Amino acid sequence: MIDALGSPSSLLLVGGTSDIAVATAHRYLAERPLRVVVAARDTPRRGSVAAELQAAGAQVRVVDFDAADPGAPAAMVAEAAAGGDVDVAVVAFGLLGDADRLRSDAAAVAELAQVNYVAPTVVGTELANQMRRQGHGVIVALSSVAGERPRASNFVYGSTKAGLDAFYSGLADSLVGSGVSVLVVRPGFVRSKMTEGLDDAPLATTPAAVAEAIVSGVRKGRHTVWVPGAMRWVMSGLRHTPRAVFRKLPI
Amino acid sequence: MPELATPGVPLVPLVGWGRTAPTRAALTPVHDDDEARAAVLAAGGRGVVARGLARSYGDAAQNAGGTVLDMTTANRVLHADLDTGLVDVEAGISLDELMNRFVPQGFFVPVTPGTRLVTVGGAIAADIHGKNHHVAGSFGQHLRWIDLLTADGQVRRISPESDADLFWATVGGMGLTGVILRARVQLKGIESSRCLVDTDRTPDLDSLMTLLSETDHLYEYSVAWIDTLAKGKRMGRSVVTRGRFAKLDELPAKRRSEPLKYHGSVRVSVPDVFPPGLLNLATVAAFNELWYRKAPEHKRDQLQSIPTFFHPLDAVGGWNRIYGPRGFLQYQVTVPFGQEEAMREVLDRLGHFGTASFLAVLKRFGPGNPGMLSYPSPGWTLALDIPVMKGLAGLLDSLDEVVIAAGGRTYLAKDSRVRPETFEKMYDRLDDFRAVRKQVDPDGVFTSDLARRLAL
Repeated sequence: MIDALGSPSSLLLVGGTSDIAVATAHRYLAERPLRVVVAARDTPRRGSVAAELQAAGAQVRVVDFDAADPGAPAAMVAEAAAGGDVDVAVVAFGLLGDADRLRSDAAAVAELAQVNYVAPTVVGTELANQMRRQGHGVIVALSSVAGERPRASNFVYGSTKAGLDAFYSGLADSLVGSGVSVLVVRPGFVRSKMTEGLDDAPLATTPAAVAEAIVSGVRKGRHTVWVPGAMRWVMSGLRHTPRAVFRKLPI
Repeated sequence: MPELATPGVPLVPLVGWGRTAPTRAALTPVHDDDEARAAVLAAGGRGVVARGLARSYGDAAQNAGGTVLDMTTANRVLHADLDTGLVDVEAGISLDELMNRFVPQGFFVPVTPGTRLVTVGGAIAADIHGKNHHVAGSFGQHLRWIDLLTADGQVRRISPESDADLFWATVGGMGLTGVILRARVQLKGIESSRCLVDTDRTPDLDSLMTLLSETDHLYEYSVAWIDTLAKGKRMGRSVVTRGRFAKLDELPAKRRSEPLKYHGSVRVSVPDVFPPGLLNLATVAAFNELWYRKAPEHKRDQLQSIPTFFHPLDAVGGWNRIYGPRGFLQYQVTVPFGQEEAMREVLDRLGHFGTASFLAVLKRFGPGNPGMLSYPSPGWTLALDIPVMKGLAGLLDSLDEVVIAAGGRTYLAKDSRVRPETFEKMYDRLDDFRAVRKQVDPDGVFTSDLARRLAL
């Protein structure tokens, strides 16, 4: 259960090896011990994340989840809920993709759309079903400012995030009155393993900052958070920039 | 569509008095034993719990995704013996209604908390206490029997003599042993509906504790209101009100013709939307200052009505709305006698944290009872309302450590945030409670958000 002060007793990390997911677990664990389910592919990193969270005081369970496998979400949510209610679920998996390759490689585009859009919508549907049965819960979806107005340099990634964002924003509205809520998180450029080797974009942020925004957003019952907060105004400006100008911006 | 806990019964959002952590459940009205039994036997995997007037601050009467029985529709007086003061009532009747019915006949409830808007079922489940705990104990000690509907569909009449374990697991058991349907309650005879009240002001915590320790035994009812925002030398400054019911010949002549006249009512209500921000440190500090200064330093034998003396907040309907949409909680803890320093530390840290809290209540408890999860135990109990705010979770977690180190505990009827590991250390008979529950409800039909949160 999530208590009166917004502290959950269980956390499900879908894409549990992502830096933002791990940082979120650490942020919660800094306050209290809790149950953490790490749903991810069976990789050495999954094992080390599990060990790391255990050492930080979590009661950890590991569940298989591969976003490329269409049947994975149903089994994953059922297994995650077998150990008790899922109080907060963080949907944190995704690929950045190679923008140059995605310009022309149709198979790569299909894979990115599966992992970044199709799988998150199926996961979201399964989580919503589970939480409606529970009568409570919070789904946290990692969107991106890239989805706000896709730009030429990474529009395939941006389009998948735009779809994910629209799905979870609509899901939030459809769940009003069910006891379940959805928090859509829109970070800017996050320095993480996903963006390793890339140059920082303006207003670059960190997994820890995103985790802080998630914990505080859940606590306050927010529906959307931008990280950093100033991104909201930057993106509002960019959204209204005429196309001819937008296209020429060095972003 | 999700499967419904009870077919045909829609899920509704439920909260406690603090208006925090809402969850959805199928709220099912109960009018008689058959309806209660049918709902219990039909409960799905998410289980069932009974709900009364929802004055528990936290999640005790919520059951996310499951069934919640609305017991306020079973609220009759079944039998009353006006010679002995023994009344048989349905669990959904409120203490308010009991007073309306029986004060004019010369009987008062044996124990009342700061509100009379609680049901008898809730009073048993939380084993409530009042200003007379130091002489009369808690509500469970004034029962002859309880009719309890258990998970197997049987109605069992349990008493301390016939089923000591199940009885004392049910008293204070937060509704987790079954549905309390009826009880026989021993009312207390009174000659008048007026109280004779003594008021004393004490300038700090030491003088307050000394006054209560030395003279509490002279009074039937006793409570102190502390200004939590007073710091330094004035920390713990209080107004102590203590009293008893007046005898007939102690009333002024004009009141003797109708000594038992009684009228309890809500006078004003807080609007649905209370201006946020009106409650802040400055306005609350100003209120507390005014309240302290207007209290007499030393006053004796003042006549007060039952609502004025026992239930001042009941005159304002829906006062929980003043804390705004994020809600509030009540932190209530007790520490044993000899651990006064722990109480001082708790008060000191709450004061410095700067919660915009009105007054805190401090009281000396008398001996506890055999209730396995019953809250009162010999020592000092402190309670204060705190609006939900940043940093509160960490502060209260650390105060819990102080309380545990002192051998103290927190009150489940007020709790909405204690950690399960912390709770385990507070009630040494928790394992006995679990054993009774396992025996009487092996499949865990009775559960609540509170039970899930604390892994009871």
